[in-house]
Amino acid sequence: MIMNVKNLLSHKNKALLRELIITDFKLRYQGSALGYMWSLFRPLFLFGILLFVFGFMLKVGSTMPHYKEYLLLGIVFWSFFAEATNNGLRAIVDRGDLIRKINFPKFIVVVSGTVSALINFGISLVVVFIFMLFSGIELRSVALLLPILVVELYIFSLAISFLLSALYVKYRDISYVWELLMQAAFYATPILYPLSLVKDKSLLLSKLLLLNPMAQIIQDARYILITPKTDTLIGLTHNWLLVLVPVSLVILVIIYATYYFRKNSKTFAEDI
Amino acid sequence: MDDVAISVKHISKSFKLPYEKNTSLKKAVINFGSNKGYEMQHVLKGISFDIKKGEFFGIVGRNGSGKSTLLKLLAGIYTPNAGHIQTYGTLTPFIELGVGFNPELTGRENVFLNGALLGFSRKEMETKYDDIVEFAELSRFMDQKLKNYSSGMQVRLAFSIAIRAQSDVLILDEVLAVGDEAFQQKCIDIFEKYKSEKKTVVLVTHDMGTVRRFCSRAMLIQGGEMVAIGEPNEVASKYSKLNMEKIVGDMESDVYDKKTNDIKVTLSNLKNKELKEFSVGETLCVEVSWPNSYTDVKNIGIAIIKNSGEYVFGANTFKKSIDLSSSSVKYDVSLSLGPGKYYISVGLFNNDPSTNTHILGKGPSFIITPGVDYSQGGLCRLEHSWKNSK
Repeated sequence: MIMNVKNLLSHKNKALLRELIITDFKLRYQGSALGYMWSLFRPLFLFGILLFVFGFMLKVGSTMPHYKEYLLLGIVFWSFFAEATNNGLRAIVDRGDLIRKINFPKFIVVVSGTVSALINFGISLVVVFIFMLFSGIELRSVALLLPILVVELYIFSLAISFLLSALYVKYRDISYVWELLMQAAFYATPILYPLSLVKDKSLLLSKLLLLNPMAQIIQDARYILITPKTDTLIGLTHNWLLVLVPVSLVILVIIYATYYFRKNSKTFAEDI
Repeated sequence: MDDVAISVKHISKSFKLPYEKNTSLKKAVINFGSNKGYEMQHVLKGISFDIKKGEFFGIVGRNGSGKSTLLKLLAGIYTPNAGHIQTYGTLTPFIELGVGFNPELTGRENVFLNGALLGFSRKEMETKYDDIVEFAELSRFMDQKLKNYSSGMQVRLAFSIAIRAQSDVLILDEVLAVGDEAFQQKCIDIFEKYKSEKKTVVLVTHDMGTVRRFCSRAMLIQGGEMVAIGEPNEVASKYSKLNMEKIVGDMESDVYDKKTNDIKVTLSNLKNKELKEFSVGETLCVEVSWPNSYTDVKNIGIAIIKNSGEYVFGANTFKKSIDLSSSSVKYDVSLSLGPGKYYISVGLFNNDPSTNTHILGKGPSFIITPGVDYSQGGLCRLEHSWKNSK
């Protein structure tokens, strides 16, 4: 069986994806007064706390111009990654009842979980742009590269989601393991501290940190949107071969995740 | 091969039944490399058959025979371990009605969600929508949340979606088992319609009446293997026979214990052969004996009771001038009864026929096996005759 893209996006699959996303959208904030606003408040609240602690108390961001927007953009990107992978992880198991009763392309529920997160991400990005507008950051033409970074971010999140969702069917511990990994990764990724803090201690470590696709994506996004003073992989290493490392990682993960998911999806109905 | 709708070739399916499932990493690490953690259950053992276009195909079998697994394989929910299933045309399975129904969504939203799960595009569903609502008789409630529907309304909505599915092949699983009488009648009407329209339908059921009435061909599976395929009447009676064999097997372990009851009962046929199986219309000979110490026995009653508890027939010796002084009696009865499992109950009376002095509540059981006569059926066999009307 060759998976062809035309088949993946058939009318049937699109209809199902659409219905699942609409359902998810309608059900998520069922009965809450503020409804969808909550998905905005969560990253903004985290932003507020981090800004207070690291911006005013510890002043880690004093060396970075527009630290507020710099921090917010990082949090918005990270929140998307966290939400998408968390939705993706549970996507298959949560629909176990369905999977046992009807045959449909399983990848759709994983995609629908990440698309829900993508909608939140879009709304959050609008908020980031509003902040940028008020802070007087000038948009440069490199900002046009943003869609490329968003695509890379989405593919990476989707790949991790495929892998996690299939693993979660077999091993329920994965949800806890992933929670711990995400906590560690939040600090291993230069989100709330400027990378220059690490660079001052160890240049090698700062380069290593940037090989992580999430770090590369967030730093590149900050570079093109907020300030060219952001440390990026190319800026630190001046080595175009190394720049390919995070992108290659993303490609490797999506290839393996697709293979693993497809192999295991045949037995989801009996394994759940 | 143009007339084949589904072709099934040598499919096998087995499940790993873990003694304790490795759902956590700890267990996976501990049990790593050991194969003792599960046993294989072979549910289907190499079944092959074709379902032709326009057939109403019945799949029957006892519980645990593998028919539900076969259905899930046909529906593509499971993947076979070996063999191959080829479906020609679109296929819509109904393992359950209203899959994916969400109580928090409105009726309208649920229709589109359910339709999408069944593999219909938004456009297709939009053209069907009015029909679905009309058939379900729910047009006033479509913007209400499903949780405010009665269960009957939910079933009606789900069923309406199901019958609007214009697929080449429909797979139905015991849909008839749910709903009230009016709903079952609706199902039967739909089956009639499918049959007359020559739609390809695969039906899994326990109900031999449905098989005889609608199916153009049927298949019986037992222990994961195909036992019979072909004419529905023959398959249905084979199924009934299989059921009877199971009942006979169960009878060996029946509650009736000869040792603890003083009233002895033996069952035989006219040739004096002790038996537990009789055919419709055969004569059952019952011999009852009791201890000499029961001095006041003036009347004895023997009853035939259906296993489900219905009192079928009883007779006693009151005013029949039968000599009971030998502490035993013989009783012959013609079994004008339909197939099933029955048991004998015995009561001994003194002069007062309203209260028994000794009783054997549940005596030995026997079964009446179905014959091969398809010209009659029912709970009992009544004397009847046919005449030309002129």
